[in-house]
Amino acid sequence: MADTVIAPAADLPIGPMGHRALGWWGMLCVIATEGAVFVYLLFSYAYLALQPHAAWLPEGPPSLTLALPNTAVLVASSFIVAWGERRIRAGATRHAWLALLGTIGLGIVFVAVQLTEWHDKTFGIATSSYGSLYFTITGFHMAHVAAGLLMLAALALWTRLGLFDSRRNAPIAIGAIYWHFVDVVWLAVFFTFYLSPRLV
Amino acid sequence: MAVPADSRLAVLTEADEGRLATRLERLWATAPGIVGWLSTVDHKEIGKRYIVTAMLFLIAGGIEALVMRVQLAGPDQHLLTPEQYNMLFTMHGASLIFWYASPVLSGFSNYLWPLLLGSRDMAFPRLNALSYWIYLFSGLMLYAGFAVGIAPNTGWFDYVPAASRAFSPGPGIDLYAMALILLGISTTVGAINFIVTFLRTRAPGMSLNRVPILIWSTLTASAGNLLAVPAVSLAFFLLWLDRRFGTHFYDVPAGGHPLLWQHLFWMFGHPWVYAIVLPAMGMVSDALPVFCSRPLVGYTIVALATVLTMVLGFGVWVHHMFATGLPMLGMSFFSAASFVIVIPSAVAVFAWIATIAIGRPRLTVPFLYFASFIVMFVIGGVSGFMTASVPVDWQLTDTYFIVAHIHYVLIGINVFPVLGGLTFWFPKMTGRLLDERLGRYAFWLIFAGFNIAFLPMHLTGLYGMPRRIYTYGPHFGWETLNLVSTVGAFILAIGIGVFFVNILRSLRRGMPAGSNPWNAPTLEWSVSSPPPPYNFVVIPTVASRHPLWEQELDETEHRSVIRTGPALDEGRETLATTPVDADPDLVLKMPEDSLAPLLLALALTAIFVGLLASAWWSAATAAAAGLLIVFAWLWPRRSLAQVAEVSHG
Repeated sequence: MADTVIAPAADLPIGPMGHRALGWWGMLCVIATEGAVFVYLLFSYAYLALQPHAAWLPEGPPSLTLALPNTAVLVASSFIVAWGERRIRAGATRHAWLALLGTIGLGIVFVAVQLTEWHDKTFGIATSSYGSLYFTITGFHMAHVAAGLLMLAALALWTRLGLFDSRRNAPIAIGAIYWHFVDVVWLAVFFTFYLSPRLV
Repeated sequence: MAVPADSRLAVLTEADEGRLATRLERLWATAPGIVGWLSTVDHKEIGKRYIVTAMLFLIAGGIEALVMRVQLAGPDQHLLTPEQYNMLFTMHGASLIFWYASPVLSGFSNYLWPLLLGSRDMAFPRLNALSYWIYLFSGLMLYAGFAVGIAPNTGWFDYVPAASRAFSPGPGIDLYAMALILLGISTTVGAINFIVTFLRTRAPGMSLNRVPILIWSTLTASAGNLLAVPAVSLAFFLLWLDRRFGTHFYDVPAGGHPLLWQHLFWMFGHPWVYAIVLPAMGMVSDALPVFCSRPLVGYTIVALATVLTMVLGFGVWVHHMFATGLPMLGMSFFSAASFVIVIPSAVAVFAWIATIAIGRPRLTVPFLYFASFIVMFVIGGVSGFMTASVPVDWQLTDTYFIVAHIHYVLIGINVFPVLGGLTFWFPKMTGRLLDERLGRYAFWLIFAGFNIAFLPMHLTGLYGMPRRIYTYGPHFGWETLNLVSTVGAFILAIGIGVFFVNILRSLRRGMPAGSNPWNAPTLEWSVSSPPPPYNFVVIPTVASRHPLWEQELDETEHRSVIRTGPALDEGRETLATTPVDADPDLVLKMPEDSLAPLLLALALTAIFVGLLASAWWSAATAAAAGLLIVFAWLWPRRSLAQVAEVSHG
């Protein structure tokens, strides 16, 4: 009987390592399912927008004055966290910590501007189906930003405490990919609410 | 970067087995006592709990059905008021479709996956415990409401506007919404766990073409759930917003649309049908060949057909909406897609029939369940195929024909494989065989009762009896058929009762099973019955689809190696492998037992109960507590090798 060669496992790394960590794969699944949530939300927008209405947009297409710079703020934060992820892999713990703090700062700016936008609307969540969609979908996105901010805060703390180095840093990669996801979702929400009404 | 060689990776031999087993037992065993019971993360324990809990919901839903059958046994019965009847059919559907059909399959898969894959636990053991506790609490939440008279009453698919606040002002719909969103979290967490477990923890050598069909089918169901469950959770969340905060997603005057509910619900609903039958079909694909003494015919096309069924399953949801006045062009597309989906389903049927035809069948109890499952699969499939045609559907929709169809699908394709699978794997789970004689009595009662109850229902539907009416007059000509169905339902219930009696008796008095009583080919039968907490003394290396049949089949010269391999005994450890080829990749540090999953599930449940009661501060407090638990849970730990190592200088 010919034996199968048993894999010589003697040089395998022990414990989670970067993108080989199970948590990384788990986060990709979370992103898939959360992405589906937004697909269904934006489907709901499209489905109701295409029904005949007397007046669909209560104020005309939403103003870009705040939303466009705010989009730039969120996109910029993605680049900063990506830089931080590269720095921790190079062992530069302090740079990674600063990058996480910078990302948190921009995230807070984004939330503040969003709240201002909410405050300035002349309609509410119960005014019409458009109002319901606007506040629910941007609210879902804000909730994801808030979740991302909590993650980044925990990561910043753990980085500051010296729990990560050039080898053990999978949580930062996991938090960063989630943050990128939140940004990409915003681009889809932004396109749907702010740009698509200008195209018709 | 080279990592120093480690003694735990050394290949051990049989001589070391006893010493190693003792060491692993100490590392992996769950502590005795109530705290150990509440904190265990052992996939086998969690799997059994899933199955037992799901069976309790099966019994509850079954009793609800029997009460309804008594009401319908003759014309003009008044055992139940119309309101009570509405609650009962809603609770019956919700209990069985949501709290039984999927969780029971999660139970089997949780129990079996690491054993089939040659691993020591699921990829995320604590998440596994979390998903079970959330499942349990969501069901308790629903039934706690039912116990005090609060229950949904608009059918399990809960259409608006009947479910809107204007027509259902009570809290029953809100309860249903909250409980179902909570259950959706459990399903999603479980699905993620299955997907990552599949990708990363298969034994070395278990490449994609060597995994059992049960793995393929549960993986497919999990991927489907990952993308489909958000639709129903969202639909219910929007409904709750409409009811509680006056939003306008579903009401026409303010720009909403009731069909948005139906679209979201069935975008979820149809993939869900496949999520609750594919793993059951997978169990048959793996277990039926054991009783035919030959491998499954057409492994590759069955695996591909499984995946294809789910992919197509995302494109057929409108066939639940043919009677809503949608444009004919759109309906034609969905009708065609519904016809096409018959092809991959039929592939599996022909593969099972061929396996029986070419093999040497042993007529054991599991074989009886699996073989009769094929017959009912065909009946349920054909009645589904009929309603894929738009004009036929217009005639049959909302009649008892549809009730007959859904029961042939759900009892035929889910309950029968589950009962067969339970008979098949009971010896592995408990170390004892079920009584064969009692098992046969139970089978024939269940088989006869089921068909007596549901075969005539096709006719009841063709004679025009609408579903969900609480009673009917004597002049419609439906009395005899309904009486027959009621008698059948009670025979079915007696059969299920005998099945459970057999389980309870055999737990104590069943014949000892040994490690492989059926001479089955897959890895779970290579370990003792019941398996030790660590599953495998060493991580096996797999060389074929049938590691325990290699001698007889002699397909290649390669042999799987089960008794020698890496020991991985420095703490709870198992092996991570690469997603496609299953080459060794990492040593995984697995978490110990923990109360965190239970506490987090309690916090989540408190959030949803708070939302239901409009107790916003309680919900917020529970959310804060939940966040703290997550924070503590995820805190990087040295014992799990998540923390930067102190420099060795």
